[in-house]
Amino acid sequence: MKRTLKYLYTALVVLFLYAPIFVLIIFSFNTTKSHSVMSGFTLKWYAELFRDRTIISSLVTTMIVAVSASVISTVLGTLAALGINSMKKLPRSAALQVNQLPIVNPEIVTGVSLMLLFVFFAARMSFSLGYMTLIIAHITFDAPYVILNVMPKLRQMDNNLVDAAADLGCNSVQAFFKVVLPEIMPGVISGFLMAFTLSLDDFTVSYFVSGSSVQTLPVTIYAMTRRQVSPKINALSTLIFLVVVAVLVVKNIAERKNMKQEEIRI
Amino acid sequence: MKKLASAPYIIWMAIFIIVPLIMVAYFAFTTADGAYTIDNIVKTGEYIPIFVKSIALAAIATAICLVIAYPLAYILANMRTSTQSTMLMIIILPMWINLLLKTYAWQTLLGNNGLINNVLGLIGLGPYKLLNTQGAVILGMVYDLLPFMILPLYTVMAKMDRSILEAAEDLGCSKLQSILKVIVPLSVPGIVSGITMVFIPAISTFIISRMLGGSSNLLIGDLIEMQFLGNSYNPNLGAGISLVLMIIVLVVMAVISLIDSSDKEDDDGIGGARI
Amino acid sequence: MKRHLSFITAAAVFSAALTLTGCGGTADETIVQNPDTEYYSQLKDEGITLNFANWGDYISDGTDGYPDVLSEFERLTGITVNCTTFATNEDLYAKMKAGAADYDIIIPSDYMISKMISEDMLEKLDTADIPNIGNTDPKYLNREFDPENEYSVPYFWGVTGIVYNKDLVNEEDFGWDILWNEKYADQILMFDNPRDAFAVAENMLGYSMNTEDPDELQAAADLLTKQKPLVQAYVMDEIFNKMSAGEAALAPYYAGDAIMLMRDYDFLGFKVIDSGANTFLDSMCIPKGAPNKKAAEMFINYLLEPEVAYANSDYVGYSTPNRKAYEMVSDEVKNNGISYFTDDYLETHTETFKALSPDAEKLMSDLWTKIRSGS
Repeated sequence: MKRTLKYLYTALVVLFLYAPIFVLIIFSFNTTKSHSVMSGFTLKWYAELFRDRTIISSLVTTMIVAVSASVISTVLGTLAALGINSMKKLPRSAALQVNQLPIVNPEIVTGVSLMLLFVFFAARMSFSLGYMTLIIAHITFDAPYVILNVMPKLRQMDNNLVDAAADLGCNSVQAFFKVVLPEIMPGVISGFLMAFTLSLDDFTVSYFVSGSSVQTLPVTIYAMTRRQVSPKINALSTLIFLVVVAVLVVKNIAERKNMKQEEIRI
Repeated sequence: MKKLASAPYIIWMAIFIIVPLIMVAYFAFTTADGAYTIDNIVKTGEYIPIFVKSIALAAIATAICLVIAYPLAYILANMRTSTQSTMLMIIILPMWINLLLKTYAWQTLLGNNGLINNVLGLIGLGPYKLLNTQGAVILGMVYDLLPFMILPLYTVMAKMDRSILEAAEDLGCSKLQSILKVIVPLSVPGIVSGITMVFIPAISTFIISRMLGGSSNLLIGDLIEMQFLGNSYNPNLGAGISLVLMIIVLVVMAVISLIDSSDKEDDDGIGGARI
Repeated sequence: MKRHLSFITAAAVFSAALTLTGCGGTADETIVQNPDTEYYSQLKDEGITLNFANWGDYISDGTDGYPDVLSEFERLTGITVNCTTFATNEDLYAKMKAGAADYDIIIPSDYMISKMISEDMLEKLDTADIPNIGNTDPKYLNREFDPENEYSVPYFWGVTGIVYNKDLVNEEDFGWDILWNEKYADQILMFDNPRDAFAVAENMLGYSMNTEDPDELQAAADLLTKQKPLVQAYVMDEIFNKMSAGEAALAPYYAGDAIMLMRDYDFLGFKVIDSGANTFLDSMCIPKGAPNKKAAEMFINYLLEPEVAYANSDYVGYSTPNRKAYEMVSDEVKNNGISYFTDDYLETHTETFKALSPDAEKLMSDLWTKIRSGS
């Protein structure tokens, strides 16, 4: 009885989380543009999706921005975590406080403040808002998360390891790559992934700093939701959804196999 | 040597975090011509009802998220390990679908001719006015932000030492007592990061209110957007409102982190729980 | 940690899928029959990208099988056009004023053009580089907002009116006051920009749509405040969603968009309000300091090609000021009672917006924020 109740509750929450997604998927097959009345089945939106250059080019922009911002913020953030970790208590907590700002600040304030900054410099240094400002803005809200993921791993690390490496003749760069990095790698990777996901999905900050020449996918979608969302966008979401599901399922199966093998070995 | 490693990021923070906030403050206290004024802050006072409404809606949404997420996180944390990882995936997956689209889908679900009213119509009910209400805005907030409440709660509960629970029960605690006296106190860090991750985006959204709220549910986020890129261009007033919003959020954060004093030394409170 | 690796795989698969699809237009049909290839190939090898700020769905870009004029322009000139959209004139103004945007071509309406001229935000056009300007019907040139036609070239014009759902609105004969009729409470959509919204109220009160009198503006604001409880939502292009899904009964909007809607949904109608509508003229302009002025002028010239102007008008539903394109318009459209009117009717029943004085504009903007934010 109790078990059933638990499963029922879980199922209800999951249904809630997925209801709108199923709606999106179903209407990607609709013959008309309506999002409320299903009038027939078609795959034409999938074909048209790849011909729509606004959608495709914003998808490309999104990927370029997300990849560059997450890679740069991972490097920047990991180095920063390393440095901050070896600081004295006072400067360390000051640095971490500032680092928290983009996380606790409402996104709209981050977006507006960066826009004011970029516009100020754009006018004086004659550049325009676009890829560069987008990537800078994304790094600014990505890097704090990288640091927050790397710091705990640095704390957990046994400092004797570094000393041992030094005793064995490693210089500090060698020690970093041979000893420190492998130890903190899980934190670095999860930081990178979090940064990548945040960049991929960001709308608010991008909306304020993207200027006129480039649009990320969320910004394009926003412009569309103001008029009529094309079923092409539904088709795109369905594809993204399927890719993510496929990857997760494959990963889950692989993990289970691993688990079983480990059990056998034991 | 090691300290130098953080130099690039320290400079980065100065230029792209501190300076922009100083610029917001500068705009907030100047006129369009650059002269000092307090007008923008005074004018922000005219929008107190909007601040109150935004805070209220965000607080209600946060509370609902907590109520829904808490039992779920508990159930998840007590599942078999392999089921746990599958369930986590199921909960993370919707986060990969663009928020604007999901909100748009709700718009079509809640409409007078939407799926929900159509189904209700089949059993002779409605149509009810669901869209363009405060309820719809709260629903949108809860929907979009629920995973951010579930994940930190789950992380904390999954780490909890089962033997403490058993000890509590051995010492004569009822199930309810052990939940209230052991699990809840131990999950405070998760509650705190969950509240932070839900309340802040909720209070400053301009998408959810615009798409689901209709005419009478303008929130602070809408007001700010209107001043910068919208229909009432006035960046100085926009900066004033932003400044006040930021101060409110920082105060709320400070109050929340007082509750969770255990989190002080462990700086990974917010982000660490996120994945 | 394995879990995270799989996310990387996801990203990799995702980006691989991307590179496979590639980019670029498709339709190869010829729109302009005899283009002046010498003129259009002047900038061919310079790899220029034009940033074009347009209203939503305001150019025939190949959607729904209509001709793709952008692709043809790119084939003809080697210039890439990068389109972004804005929702209202005020929205465009804010984006430019905030300095967040660097457009090469914009399409503001009449009153906004004169405001932009007075604030030195527009570049003078070099008409020698726009030979097709002669295709424009002279009656749309040298209007008050740009007396010498130095800054703007007309793109489309139209009138405002009310889009209504025939299933929900039984009345045949109605005026702006239907938007205040309690019978339609919660089924009314309203303009989400101050100028259009005030114009409706001002016309109902018998004022000019260009009034600067603070008392009259206040009275109009009071009327709009009175309407607020009946309004389902303040929207612009969102009416496409809401009207097509039958979510609302009435929405004041622009004729061209109404035609586009009625094309797909025959339960929708559009009524031009005889007591007074706004006629607007949206024109192509080049913002001050635009990076690619010459290419922008070439694009303007291309949009003035009769076939292109016709194709655009056919798709977007707005009325063309291009007399050669007008000749191609079918009689059915000419006589639909929405798109084209006699000069006499326009003279007596409609009004064009003029730029308001900064004071009146600020008052209107403040009143508008109050209307929108009051509860």
